[in-house]
Amino acid sequence: MEILVAAILTIITAATPLLFAALGELVTEKSGVLNLGVEGMMVMGAIVGFAAVHFSGSATVAIFASMVAGASMAAIFGVLVLVFHASQVPTGLALTIFGIGLSALVGQGMIGVAYDGIPQLHIPVISDIPVIGEIFFSQDGLVYLSIFMVFAVMWFMNKTRAGLILRAVGDSHDAAHAMGYSVLKIRFLAVIFGGAMAGVGGAYLSLAYSPLWVEQMTAGRGWIALALVVFASWKVRRVLMGAYLFGGISILQLHAQALGIAVPSQVMSMLPYLATILVLVIISRDRSKIKLNAPASLGKPFHASR
Amino acid sequence: MIKKILTSVAIATCLSAAGIANAETKVGFVYVGPIGDHGWSYQHDQGRLALEKELDVKTSYVESVPEGADAERVIRQMAADGNEVIFTTSFGYMNPTLKVAKKYPKVKFEHATGYKRSANVGTYSGRFYEGRAILGTIAGKMTKSNIIGYVASFPIPEVIRGIDAMTIAARKVNPDVTVKVVWVNSWFDPGKEGDAAKALIDQGADIITQHTDSPAPLQVAEKRGVYGFGQASDMKKFAPKAQLTAIIDDWAPYYIERVKAVMDGSWESDDTWDGLKAGMVVMAPYGDAVPEDVREMADKVKASIIDGSFHPFQGPIKNQKGEIVVKEGETISDGDLSKLDWYVEGVDGTIPK
Repeated sequence: MEILVAAILTIITAATPLLFAALGELVTEKSGVLNLGVEGMMVMGAIVGFAAVHFSGSATVAIFASMVAGASMAAIFGVLVLVFHASQVPTGLALTIFGIGLSALVGQGMIGVAYDGIPQLHIPVISDIPVIGEIFFSQDGLVYLSIFMVFAVMWFMNKTRAGLILRAVGDSHDAAHAMGYSVLKIRFLAVIFGGAMAGVGGAYLSLAYSPLWVEQMTAGRGWIALALVVFASWKVRRVLMGAYLFGGISILQLHAQALGIAVPSQVMSMLPYLATILVLVIISRDRSKIKLNAPASLGKPFHASR
Repeated sequence: MIKKILTSVAIATCLSAAGIANAETKVGFVYVGPIGDHGWSYQHDQGRLALEKELDVKTSYVESVPEGADAERVIRQMAADGNEVIFTTSFGYMNPTLKVAKKYPKVKFEHATGYKRSANVGTYSGRFYEGRAILGTIAGKMTKSNIIGYVASFPIPEVIRGIDAMTIAARKVNPDVTVKVVWVNSWFDPGKEGDAAKALIDQGADIITQHTDSPAPLQVAEKRGVYGFGQASDMKKFAPKAQLTAIIDDWAPYYIERVKAVMDGSWESDDTWDGLKAGMVVMAPYGDAVPEDVREMADKVKASIIDGSFHPFQGPIKNQKGEIVVKEGETISDGDLSKLDWYVEGVDGTIPK
C-alpha cells in the first residue's frame, strides 16, 4: 500500500508537465494550427521560470514569467506562420531547435544554482487523512492548476461561444472567414495560449519536478505532449487520461525494475509513441470517427484573399 | 645608440617569434554533450579552461557533437584549422578520430574512453571504479535498511564496473547489503533520473548512487531525507545534507601534461587509464553526516588503492549465483575489466540485454 501511494504520487508529478503542454497544444491544433515547437517552448519556460524564481524568490512570479516566455516563443511562431505564411511543420521544428539553443544561452549563469522547489500546499485537516489526503490534498499548486485547466479548457471548448468559434476556425477557416470571424486573430490567440501552457509545463520541470536548470532538461517531453494530443484524438478528457497513462507507464517500469522484474526499459520508453501510432491507425481506418474530433483545417495555411 | 636599437629589435623579434610560436599551439576539444550538462562534458570543459590558464595556448571547442558522421566532419575541420592536439571526449568518436588522424599524421589526437590507437592517436580514461569502491565503503557502513539504490544509464562495461565495484566494497563492510539497480536508458534526463531515485527510495533504499549525469537523484535524496553521492562533479550545493561525497572527474592535470608534451616534442601515442593516484579521479570532501569512523575507513581504502596494496577487483569475488569467479589473491585484469559484463553477488536483478 505504501509503495502504491508513493508510486501514485510520483505518477502525478510525471504526468503534470505533459498535461500542461498537451492541453495547450490541443487548443492550438483545434484552431487549425500545428505547432511542433512544443519542446522549444517548454524548455524556454523551464529556464525563464527558474531564473525568475532565482532572482525574485517568488514561485508565482516564476510561473507567470514562464507563461510569458512560452507565449513569446509562440508569438514568434504565430507571426511567421500566420502573417508571413511560413510552412507550419518546418517552422515548428525550427522553433524547437531555436528554443533549445536560446535556453542554453540564457541559462549559462543558472548552471549549478540550487533551488528547493515550489512548496506543497497542505490543505488543513483533509490533507491529514491517510492515503486520500496524501494523494489528493498535499500536492503543489501547479498540480491543482493543471487539473483546473483541464476542466477550464473542457468548458471553454464545449460550452462557450468562443470555443465554438475556435473549433469552427479549425474545421473550416473559409466558412469562419465568410461568417465574419477573424481567422488569423483567433488562431494567433490559440497559438499564444498553447505557448503559455507549454511554458508552465516546462516550468513545472525546473521548479517542482527536478528543481534545477540543466540544458535540454525537457528531454523530449514536448514530443510526448504532441503525441498525446493525437493519442487523445483531440479530446480534452482523453488528454487527461493519456497524460496519467504515459506518466504511469514510465514510473511503473522504474518500480518494476527496482523489484527485480526484468522489463526492457527501451520498450517502455517507446510505448507512448507506439500507442500514438496505434491510435492513428485506428482512427484513420474509421474516417467518421476522426472527422468528429480532428480539426479539418489542421496545418493548412489561411489566405483571406482566396 | 645603434646597439640599443639593435637590442630592442632583437628583443622585439624574440617576442614576436615567441608570440607566433604560442599562437601556433592550438588545442581543440570535441564534446558529446552541452558544456552546461554539469556532468561529463562540463568537467572536460573545466579541464580545457584549466589548460588555457596554465599554458599559453589557444583552445577551441565544439559541443553537442553527435557520435557519427558529424563527428568526423567536426574533427577534420579542427585538424584543418591548425590545431596541434585534438581531444575527442566520447567513446563514439573512436572511428572518426582514427579516420581523420590518418589524413593528418602531424596532428596529435587524444581519444577518451576508447581502445583503438595509432601512431598519432592516444587514448585516456579514468578509473572511476576506484571512487566507487570508496562510495561502497561509506554506503555499506551507513545504510540502515541494507538496500542501496543505483540509478544507472546504459548497460556498458564502464557502468557495470561501477555497480560491481560499489557492491563488492559495500558487502566487504556489511555482508547484508543488496544493491538495486534501475536503468533509465539515458545519460541525461533529470526528470527520469529523479523518478528512478524516488522508485528506489520507495522500495526501501536509504542510500542513492547514480551513474547518470544530472544532480536530480541527489536532490530527491535530499528531499526524502536519505543519503547519496555526487557524480562527475561536486554536487554539494544541490544536496548540502544528502551528499556524503562525490566522485569528481579531473581532466585538467592530464590535459596540461599532454599538451606540454606536444609543445616540447615528447608526445607519444599511449593508453592512459589513471585513477585516484594520478588525480584523474578525485573525491569531494565528506558530508557532515559521515561519522568519524566511516571517514577513517574510507580514507584507508583510498590510501590503499593509491599505494597499490588494494585493488577494488581483487579476489575473492563471487558472481550472482554465489560461485567464486575470482580466487583469493587474484585480481581482474585491466583487459577483462574493460569488457566486464556480469554482476557480482549482492546486486539485485539482471543486466538488460
